[in-house]
Amino acid sequence: MSDQNNNSIAFVATETIPESPPPARETGVVKWMRENLFSSIPNSILTIVALLLIYSVLKNTLPWIFNGLWTTSSLAECREILDGTTGACFSVLTERWNQLIYGFKYPVDEYWRPNVAFVLMLVAIAPVLFFDLPRKLLIFTALYPFVAFWLIWGGTILAPLVALVGFVAAGAFFQKFGRNNFALGFFGAVVIALIIWALGGAMIPEGASDSALLPAVPSRDLGGFMLNMMLGLTCVSLSVPLGIALALGRQSDMPLIKGICVVFIEFVRGVPLITLLFVASVMLSYFFPPDATVDLFLRVVIMITLFSAAYIAEVVRGGLAALPKGQYEAADSLGLDYPQAMRLIILPQALKISIPGIVNVAVGLFKDTTLVSVISMFDLVGMIRGPILASTEWNGVYWELFGFAAALFFVVCYGISQYSQWLERKLHKGH
Amino acid sequence: MKKSVVFGALTVAGLAAGAAAAGTLDDVKARGKLNCGVTTGLVGFAAPDANGEWMGFDVGVCRAVAAAVLGDPKAVEFVPTTGKTRFTALASGEIDMLARNTTWTFSRDVDLKFTFVGVNYYDGQGFMVPKELGVSSAKELDGATVCIQTGTTTELNLADFFRSNNISYEPVPIETNAEAQQQYLAGACDVYTTDASGLAATRATFEDPSAHVLLPEIISKEPLGPLVRHGDDNWGDVVRWSLNALITAEELGVTSANIGEMAAGTNNPEINRLLGTEGNLGEMLGLSADWGKNAVMAGGNYGELFEGNIGESTPIGLARGLNAQWTDGGLIYSPPFR
Repeated sequence: MSDQNNNSIAFVATETIPESPPPARETGVVKWMRENLFSSIPNSILTIVALLLIYSVLKNTLPWIFNGLWTTSSLAECREILDGTTGACFSVLTERWNQLIYGFKYPVDEYWRPNVAFVLMLVAIAPVLFFDLPRKLLIFTALYPFVAFWLIWGGTILAPLVALVGFVAAGAFFQKFGRNNFALGFFGAVVIALIIWALGGAMIPEGASDSALLPAVPSRDLGGFMLNMMLGLTCVSLSVPLGIALALGRQSDMPLIKGICVVFIEFVRGVPLITLLFVASVMLSYFFPPDATVDLFLRVVIMITLFSAAYIAEVVRGGLAALPKGQYEAADSLGLDYPQAMRLIILPQALKISIPGIVNVAVGLFKDTTLVSVISMFDLVGMIRGPILASTEWNGVYWELFGFAAALFFVVCYGISQYSQWLERKLHKGH
Repeated sequence: MKKSVVFGALTVAGLAAGAAAAGTLDDVKARGKLNCGVTTGLVGFAAPDANGEWMGFDVGVCRAVAAAVLGDPKAVEFVPTTGKTRFTALASGEIDMLARNTTWTFSRDVDLKFTFVGVNYYDGQGFMVPKELGVSSAKELDGATVCIQTGTTTELNLADFFRSNNISYEPVPIETNAEAQQQYLAGACDVYTTDASGLAATRATFEDPSAHVLLPEIISKEPLGPLVRHGDDNWGDVVRWSLNALITAEELGVTSANIGEMAAGTNNPEINRLLGTEGNLGEMLGLSADWGKNAVMAGGNYGELFEGNIGESTPIGLARGLNAQWTDGGLIYSPPFR
């Protein structure tokens, strides 16, 4: 071989050819653009059109945003200062931000209470959302509704305490008797809770709220984005368990339970939410004496919860139907009874399948809370459409206000959807 | 028609439920607060300011009644109502009175069983068009697209007007006044029609108000006033005469500025009767003797309320027009205090 080399080949490079840079069109930005933006003639046309579109949008919005005013006291003053040039009037946000967040009647000195409740909410839902956190934190989650109620509504601390005692007693009863006899445990727990609430409610002295540590704030004074958050959170956390129960009831072999669940689900799904809200706010007041109406917030929570529970029930039913029959039979053959089979085998799998659907309902529900503005509750959109746009200073400001509302909702809804995708990846077992 | 039958039936049910309770006046006194229904927000008539205090022309009526009954213009619980919830709120007893720019009509008075206690603003439906359209009369609007709020009397008036003048139009239905402003400015309709006060308020918020004109035709009568439930005439009298006290105060020159010295006694017996230094009008109503004085002191007399909230010095800039005192050629007229 070496001999051949010496005689038959005129030149042999003794060192490797130095690396030359790749051709310009195969590297860096150019390559990326050629492959992603201009890979074919139709794509190139689309790219150019898209760029033009983006340019024309930004050309108008960027000056509008950066030229925006933050410190004027009315729209007229904004226009005076802008003097015909483009620019937003964000001053409405700086002047009315507290109304947009808390509603216009929540006492200014008490803003710290919803703020604390919000921070505690993050702590309380963390162990529910992230399974790796210590399970002990769930105790705080269980206490949170009572703490939050006391913080936001204020008044006597006895009311949430009585409610809490009722729940604890009911839970203890169920623990003791529900193991062996579900019906006895369940109905006994309900009766015990009702007795405690009735007795406790009667024992709270009249006027206890007047001298309470935190001044009482009536439900009518709640508003703004706080109201949306409260309605959304309460209704989602109530309607998921209710929806699961309805879905199981619909699959039940017992005709009465099945019948009730089917009628309920089909009825609620057949009625628009706005109708239910009107019933809650307008019609119910005919059936109660004027002074003894159920709190409006509670009425709305009940209606929205029932509404979304029906939808969640159908989503969960889809998950249950998607499980192979073998899973049910496997549970039976292990000798598990119905609650055990559901809790240990069926529901974990069915709920995993249902996650996208449930999240979809939850996001929809959160946005539907803005519908309460039609029954004259001042949620974020109600505040904008009613008081703020009707004030002489700010009548005529639209983009800034609704843009702000859209941004707030987007943050929350996008967060929910990102969480659900993370959850799906985490629960994915690869089969 | 069917709708009003349903409403009427509901109202009867509400009345039956309310009949068991004591008179509204006693309820209000026992509660220490007046529940007054207002709009969720209408420029100049009722809207909360940056501090959450309700301000406006209709709000002023609520405060005057509260001051007359309870002696405190702040003792009002304002209950915001929408166009759809206002009548049920009143009929069910959730509110004691409604001061929400509500037009006094036959069917609302008779069929829905409410008592309109008076008129605090005489309005009428008008048209607004861009100046560049070159229209000077509503009769030239043949074939125009018209932005119109659904479910209001304005919708029916519009149809009547165009039919009686034998011209055609294309309605663009919209839900709220705010939406209408946007649609109109965006050119979705040639004409915007609603109450003239609303048009003036809307035009005042435009970037260039002079580019839009209000047409001279006023095609309907819209007497707006406070109302109460049928069947409690005592309470109706209290609200009626509280409003009349404001009107009479303006007529007699009693303002919130000079009421202090006037209340010490004047040579005009009617002023004395109004302010309670003479006669026993308050006692007849079941109120304190200085009820009229309190009502006027709450926010000033009728003219002061008008000027402070919707008059020519405000951005809304409404002229008194029909709402001037009868002595100035308007329709505002109160029966005598005697």
